[in-house]
Amino acid sequence: MNTVAETRLKRPASLEKNPRLSQWLHVHRDGTVSIYSGKVEIGQGILTALAQIAAEELGIAVERIRMVPADTALSPDEGVTSGSLSIQDSGVALRRACAQARTLLLERATARLGVSGGDLRVEDGSVHAAGRSTSFWECADDALFDRDVEETAALRSPRDYRVVGKPAPRRDLPDKIAGRPRFIQDMALPGMLYGRVVRPPHNFAGLISLDDSKVKSMPGLAAIVRDGGFVGVLAEREDVAISAQRALRLAASWREADPPPRDVHTWLKEHAAEHRVISEKENADARSRATRALEASYTKPFLSHASIGPSCAIAQIDDGKLAVWTHSQGIFNLRRDLALALGMREDAIVVRHAEGAGCYGHNGADDAALDAALLARAARGRPVQVQWMRDDEFAWAPCGPAMALSLRAALDAHGGIVDWEHELWSNGHSSRPGRADDPALLAAWHLARPHKRPSAINMPLPAGAADRNAIPIYDFPSQRVVNHYVREMPVRTSALRSLGAYANVFAIESFMDELAQTAGIDPIAFRLRHLKDPRGRAVIEAAAWRAEWDRWKPAEGRGHGIGFARYKNLGAYCAAVAEVEVGHDVRVERLILAVDVGLVINPDGVINQIEGGAIQSTSWTLKEQVKLGARGIASLGWEDYPILKFSEAPVVEVELIDRPELPAVGAGEAAQGPTAAAIANAVAHALGLRMRDLPLTHERIAAAISQST
Amino acid sequence: MAEHFRLTVNGNESELEASPDTPLLYALRNDLGLKGTRFGCGNGQCGACFVLIDGHPAPACDTPLWSVAGKIITTVEGLSKGRELHPLHNAFLAEQAAQCGYCTSGILISAAALLAKNLRPTEREVREALDRNLCRCGSHNRMVRAVLRAARE
Repeated sequence: MNTVAETRLKRPASLEKNPRLSQWLHVHRDGTVSIYSGKVEIGQGILTALAQIAAEELGIAVERIRMVPADTALSPDEGVTSGSLSIQDSGVALRRACAQARTLLLERATARLGVSGGDLRVEDGSVHAAGRSTSFWECADDALFDRDVEETAALRSPRDYRVVGKPAPRRDLPDKIAGRPRFIQDMALPGMLYGRVVRPPHNFAGLISLDDSKVKSMPGLAAIVRDGGFVGVLAEREDVAISAQRALRLAASWREADPPPRDVHTWLKEHAAEHRVISEKENADARSRATRALEASYTKPFLSHASIGPSCAIAQIDDGKLAVWTHSQGIFNLRRDLALALGMREDAIVVRHAEGAGCYGHNGADDAALDAALLARAARGRPVQVQWMRDDEFAWAPCGPAMALSLRAALDAHGGIVDWEHELWSNGHSSRPGRADDPALLAAWHLARPHKRPSAINMPLPAGAADRNAIPIYDFPSQRVVNHYVREMPVRTSALRSLGAYANVFAIESFMDELAQTAGIDPIAFRLRHLKDPRGRAVIEAAAWRAEWDRWKPAEGRGHGIGFARYKNLGAYCAAVAEVEVGHDVRVERLILAVDVGLVINPDGVINQIEGGAIQSTSWTLKEQVKLGARGIASLGWEDYPILKFSEAPVVEVELIDRPELPAVGAGEAAQGPTAAAIANAVAHALGLRMRDLPLTHERIAAAISQST
Repeated sequence: MAEHFRLTVNGNESELEASPDTPLLYALRNDLGLKGTRFGCGNGQCGACFVLIDGHPAPACDTPLWSVAGKIITTVEGLSKGRELHPLHNAFLAEQAAQCGYCTSGILISAAALLAKNLRPTEREVREALDRNLCRCGSHNRMVRAVLRAARE
């Protein structure tokens, strides 16, 4: 039976682009099924959830499913694994494909057994009728799935689910927990050389000179590779490659680039290239009821992805063909940009996904792939592994953009918002490969024949990018939202988890509290009063209930606060309550989150994503900012870019609201904005002072306190 | 210049040729094929490369080969006894205590060192013992729960 929500869905883009059933699955004679997804495991358990979906529609045990790592030679092209879309894209496509495959397999089994459909007993791929039996594994052959995926096969009703909706252990974790080789960093191909790229740990405009005389004679060094300002080394031993890299860095002199601005947020406001009104609702009658007006400005700094495992890739050139192993989030897009940068044909390149450390967006993964390919040109057919060093990652991977925001609103005499204005200033939030005329790959800009560096762009609404979640979900009679796009980039920027939603939700939800306080209304009651959306109201009420909001006992230096959003205004609903203690630093004691992701595929997977998102957001909100110096990024190690420690992690409680009748949406980016706002509101509650600039560090709090006294 | 080294790793004696300044990390990963110990920062600040040296957690990225001669080294692979996983491994699986898993090996090493000297740690003691390890995915609480579970079981 089709659910209401399913029938409303359009044909998914993944199926438009990859219409053949054989592109999605292969049934093997040994009783296993290979599932091909274009989405990749980035450490969030997506391949486990997709295996659950495939097993559910095929009606077989999930253990029979083999998830094939994405590979441009084998897998459907599903774009980029990003934006919390994998369940929506690949999940919906696989659901359709597997439902159709089951129908086809059953038809063939019926014919084989010579019975009519109604008499079949089907269990875990075995088909029994009239005392005889066959199986999916016997019935499948290559011809059976050589057809288009159709929309006609009945989908299993969520009420009958046996695999989906139940906690499933992650398929990749046994290896990762036992310490078995699993990551791209662990791959060791026969004859592999180790490569490192020689970049200064700061921005530069060109290479002036390189004295390689001392390094050339280093024992075990296989080659020094130079192409314009791109310099790399190859060695038989990894430690030798690192020593050569360090020595060449000291032996190189670089032409300095322009220094970044001192005050980034002021600079952003002065350098906007485009001004776009993205939402406008005019209601003069409502505005005329305004009795009080409020305005406030908020900022968010540049943030680093700060993966624990620096970016890595392996490349091998053999007979004019390039093979690349990468932890990129978009292997087809990467292949396109590699072809542009290397002057090769796309069909001469195969890009294969191999798991890396968590990336949290567009980090150095794609860049490392081009680095490895450039070095592989000098490796005479041997594979080359490149891993960035810690300072390479901090200095060269794209940052999440800094943002400035200004909000204004008017209240009527009863504390109702009658007018709302939100302006934001930001660089673009995506400079991923595969989207511009020039390759979006770092080394390409430093070659002897350099490519132009593409500017980061914003994807259009409704999902948006810098303006993601800038349009309030609340029901205001009059509103205006403006996105000021800054093209010029003082720091290379690209996608970091939740894009602009983190800052927009932080600002909107902070401002809602400021307005509630002005109106003298409880922050939760104030939100509910302006929100019709029943799913939104439900998560706010659930978080408040679980946190026992109404039973808060005031104490010196302690506060609680709420933050709420629906991610992208399209995806998961999330409300967070934070309880903090403010002493020397802000200590987040407890976070209570209520989440509605529609149909829950893997409850433990969703909870893990929400816990992780909340803790990562706590880290961003309390501690993180990329420091800028005269030569660009000055946060080059963990000492300059501290993140949340075990002793600082708050208790996190998650309340899941399962809605099996509604489409499943992703959970990985739902918690970041609401958590930040909840913490800021709790700090304001504790201190009686509003902090509007992130992160909420000791220095900022001390400054705010001294200004207020 | 390369020298001959004999290392005691996970109860086995191994020999290799390398410069004395070579960080232990690369000897483990590339000479001995023990890939569970991972590079994170190169100066002992993140814990991804922690191993036990005579029972104490130490960053292999920052430990030159010359300094470990005659010492007993245990890596994440050495926590298991043959095919039998360490109670910490089982507890981490039971709690699904990871997201990307890149930091996990080093955290297991810190946890193993804690449990070796403190059979019944409090939650606070677990957090303190793991404070030299960084986790970026936000799996902290799951890992703390897993260590407490391992201590119970």
